[in-house]
Amino acid sequence: MKRVVIGAAMAAILAGLAPGDATAGPTIDAIKKRGTVICGANGNRAGFSSLNSKGEWIGMDVDTCKAIAAAVLGDKNKVQFIKTTSSTRFTALQTGEIDVLTRNTTWTLSRDAKLGIDFVAPTFYDGQGFMVNKSTGAKSVKDLGGATVCVLPGTTSEKVVADVFRENGLKYIPVVIESKKELNTAFFGGRCDVHVQSTSGLSAARATVAPNPEDFVLLPGIYGKDPMGPVVRQGDAQWRDIVAWSVYAMMTAEELGVTSVNVDEKMKSKDAETQRLLGVKGKLGATLGLDNDWAYRIIKQIGNYGEVFERNLGADSPLKLARGLNNIWTKGGLLYSPPFK
Amino acid sequence: MLTLLAMWALFVTIPDFISWAFINAVWQTDDSKDCQVAAGACWAVITEKHRVMLFGTFPYDEHWRGVLAIAIIIILAVISGFKRFWSYRLFLVWLVATALVFLLLLGGVFGLKPIGTYQWGGLPLTLLLFVGTVVGGMPLAVLLALGRRSSLPAIKALCIGFIEIIRGVPLITVLFMASLMFPLFMPEGVTINKLLRAEIGMIMFFAAYAAEIVRGGLQAISLGQYEAAEAIGLSYWQKTNRIILPQALRIVLPALMSDVIRAFKNTTFVSIIGLFDVLGATATALEDLLWVRYALEAYIFIFILYFVFCFSMSKYSAHLERDLSEGRNL
Amino acid sequence: MRQTTASLSRGRPPPKRPPINLQGLWHNVGFRNFAYQLLVVGTIIGLAVFMVTNVQDALSKRGISTGFGFLFEEAGFDIGEALTGFESTDTFLLAYGTAVLNTLKVSVLGVVFATALGVILGIARLSSNVLISKLSSTYVELFRNTPLLVQVIFWYTIITKMPHPKQAWSLSDWAFLSNRGLNVPWPAANPVYFWTALAFALACLSAILIVRWADARRRRTGHKIPVLWWNIVLVLAAPFLVWWFGGAPSELVIPKFKGFNFVGGVSLSPEFLALLLGLSLYIAAFIAEIVRSGIQSVSRGQIEAAHAVCLSPGDTYRKVILPQALRVIIPPAAAQYVSLVKNSSLGVAIGYPELFNINNTIITLSGHTLEAIGMMMAIYLSISFTIAAIMNLYNRAVQIKER
Repeated sequence: MKRVVIGAAMAAILAGLAPGDATAGPTIDAIKKRGTVICGANGNRAGFSSLNSKGEWIGMDVDTCKAIAAAVLGDKNKVQFIKTTSSTRFTALQTGEIDVLTRNTTWTLSRDAKLGIDFVAPTFYDGQGFMVNKSTGAKSVKDLGGATVCVLPGTTSEKVVADVFRENGLKYIPVVIESKKELNTAFFGGRCDVHVQSTSGLSAARATVAPNPEDFVLLPGIYGKDPMGPVVRQGDAQWRDIVAWSVYAMMTAEELGVTSVNVDEKMKSKDAETQRLLGVKGKLGATLGLDNDWAYRIIKQIGNYGEVFERNLGADSPLKLARGLNNIWTKGGLLYSPPFK
Repeated sequence: MLTLLAMWALFVTIPDFISWAFINAVWQTDDSKDCQVAAGACWAVITEKHRVMLFGTFPYDEHWRGVLAIAIIIILAVISGFKRFWSYRLFLVWLVATALVFLLLLGGVFGLKPIGTYQWGGLPLTLLLFVGTVVGGMPLAVLLALGRRSSLPAIKALCIGFIEIIRGVPLITVLFMASLMFPLFMPEGVTINKLLRAEIGMIMFFAAYAAEIVRGGLQAISLGQYEAAEAIGLSYWQKTNRIILPQALRIVLPALMSDVIRAFKNTTFVSIIGLFDVLGATATALEDLLWVRYALEAYIFIFILYFVFCFSMSKYSAHLERDLSEGRNL
Repeated sequence: MRQTTASLSRGRPPPKRPPINLQGLWHNVGFRNFAYQLLVVGTIIGLAVFMVTNVQDALSKRGISTGFGFLFEEAGFDIGEALTGFESTDTFLLAYGTAVLNTLKVSVLGVVFATALGVILGIARLSSNVLISKLSSTYVELFRNTPLLVQVIFWYTIITKMPHPKQAWSLSDWAFLSNRGLNVPWPAANPVYFWTALAFALACLSAILIVRWADARRRRTGHKIPVLWWNIVLVLAAPFLVWWFGGAPSELVIPKFKGFNFVGGVSLSPEFLALLLGLSLYIAAFIAEIVRSGIQSVSRGQIEAAHAVCLSPGDTYRKVILPQALRVIIPPAAAQYVSLVKNSSLGVAIGYPELFNINNTIITLSGHTLEAIGMMMAIYLSISFTIAAIMNLYNRAVQIKER
């Protein structure tokens, strides 16, 4: 009896130790051997990573992960998602359980320096936004003199509100409510004129809490800093580069007007950078340790940054988020990819 | 007087509940807007999301394998309810069945598409975690109980330490240790599957509690039994396996059943460390902005689901207890 | 049993005593036991060393610092409900203190509510009234057979679905229930309350002493002194008199909706309410079962015997039923209380800032995973062991004393 039990336990442990999980060695070799990229995901944030009615992963962070898989392994579906919580996410990365953390994690100095991890290429710039009821007729923050403002205490929002109103020489009445849920119900119940929160939070709140989502608009302008993007372990420069440039490839594609629909056409393009991006000319892929089609596959299978954004957060999603800061730098946003040279 | 009060309370709440839950409810719709205009419950959220709630991230086209796994476990559980099948062999059957279900879900053999454990979720995961906890935890519990009554001081101290420490902290911290600290303890490059880590945590917790119950059973057996077994020259393991344990386990069976039921309820804790059991999958399914308003309906559904499982187990356990107290031979 | 008889008949040859050699050493029970233990202890020590070196390796490689120095660094986060007045500029150590207080707050209230409800339900289950006993048993089955975590999330969902504070459900404008929690009136601060509470405690203490004295006297002389009524008067009158002579303060601060929130009185957050409701309703179902079996455990013969020796019904209950039922009730009830304290860690699922939840935040912010988990485990263990120690003391006191 005892022997059976011990035998079973040993077998179970051996089965668990079997390869198949990420290792801390040169990440890219491990991924190729395993055949999948392992990403740490949130799972509980609509628009970034969540499950659809079929139980499939969807969202912006999910697409970032798929882009990396398409670049490295040639197939966007060769991904594993490990659901992480806010406290397990960094340990999972440190111990090699996941290859890359795509979980709307804000880039800060102390995280970057203290935790043995590297932030690469922000994929989403969040910031504080101002939401009003259409009936107030306000078109910009300049029209908000004397308004009551709903805000969370101790957050960047509180500071942003103070700064913005002071800069514009306007007065306001702050209403500070502890919990986000309460804050949302308070605003959509008509307790305040203005709601200040992260823009993605505001859009989500409008879609879920508002009785008539169409009645509320986000005023132009985003304030405060919340850059979020994929995170990798320190000490593997090649892997870090691959993750960063997979993101940049999507941004550059949008800049150059390459989409998942017209990418085959664009292969014949005469534009030098387009040719380098798609691997028609040059050996950019090889310098990363990939083949030359890597960026083509990302764009063909996932799309450019704009397509990903609209699908998950923008007009084609229930969030209806405006591009704002998350637009190409040529169109007034912050997305600025280093050149593909 | 009390009767009147109770009847009044029922009279006030029941009609409201019925009109919310049945009369004004929306049963089926693809568009969550239909629910918004209705005054009653939106059960359509369950028709829309039941696949995610019951199977999590398991590939959609392979859900039949999940159904089969559920069926195997339930059928086996019902069979185990009959006393005539009780023996050590039944335990082995469970071991084999667990392995079979494991293979069925994992795939990669008999032309089944391989599905990594990271994709497992929903009811099959909940049931597998539960069965794994009991099947893996029972032997450990028996060993711990024997160890705690052992005459060897070092082994006794180790068992006491293990049992008391695990019983002194919440399950969620044990799971947290398993999911956070375990990877740190392993040499670089070796990681243990997340599901297995959670399962190890569940087993340790279950075993520590069950060990105390088994120990109670061991204590209840008269000294004469031990002495008689030794007198005919049985070794320690022969004595334990053939004489002491069968009697002790029978005595503590009802108490063990309540631990088993608790193990089932405790599977929900894994949702906190990020596994898609029924509760975790439901919470994630409700992230859909179109349906998030109807969380209450979805939670009522899984409330009933868990109740059906636990209630049948607890009814069975009560029946068992009656049998025992009536002194019928098992 | 058939197997057993088979093995009996097979038996085993009686052990021979060979001369001392290496094999003989193995047959020596003392040596064998020593070897077994050495093996087990050695394996475990080896495993521990292996793990610790791995951890040190991993941490030093990634340049992660270790040590408990971080406890005195600035925390840099806020806690929604802080009895200590915790602010983001305070230390991690104070964050732990605040978290423990929050855990204890919900646990103590949970124990009180669970006990009250559980006792009522347990007695109701034995009621001869069919409706009452059916309702009670339905409750017990429903709440005992569903996971606590599902219940907690369920309550939280319901509370957050409550109306906005402006349309809050109110009890004649005194207490308000809304999606911002429960707001109830609270006496305005006054030092007299402190003295009243002190008087109450002293009165209780002296009442216990009086009972002891009366019992001892009865044993010695056989005279029975009716102290019960005197005690009730003492316990009620002493605090009342203190309160009366202190100027009888009776001002209550009633919560009022001002601007956007309730002001005044005591405000209980939705997270706290949901966790408290979940814990007390769940544990109450178990307490009810324990109370029922406790009362049923006192045999009818005992009660009849008490009647036969002419004990009054009150004395029968106090001196015969209660002590015996309590002896059965206390140990499992204590186990439930420990389980309630431990389950308060489920606050993490709905965002109540208890120990486990705050510990998560501390891990994320400080990066000191191992130290933080160690802290948390030590705190939970000391809470559990304290309760267990108190219960052991109590158990020793109520055990059947053979005279």
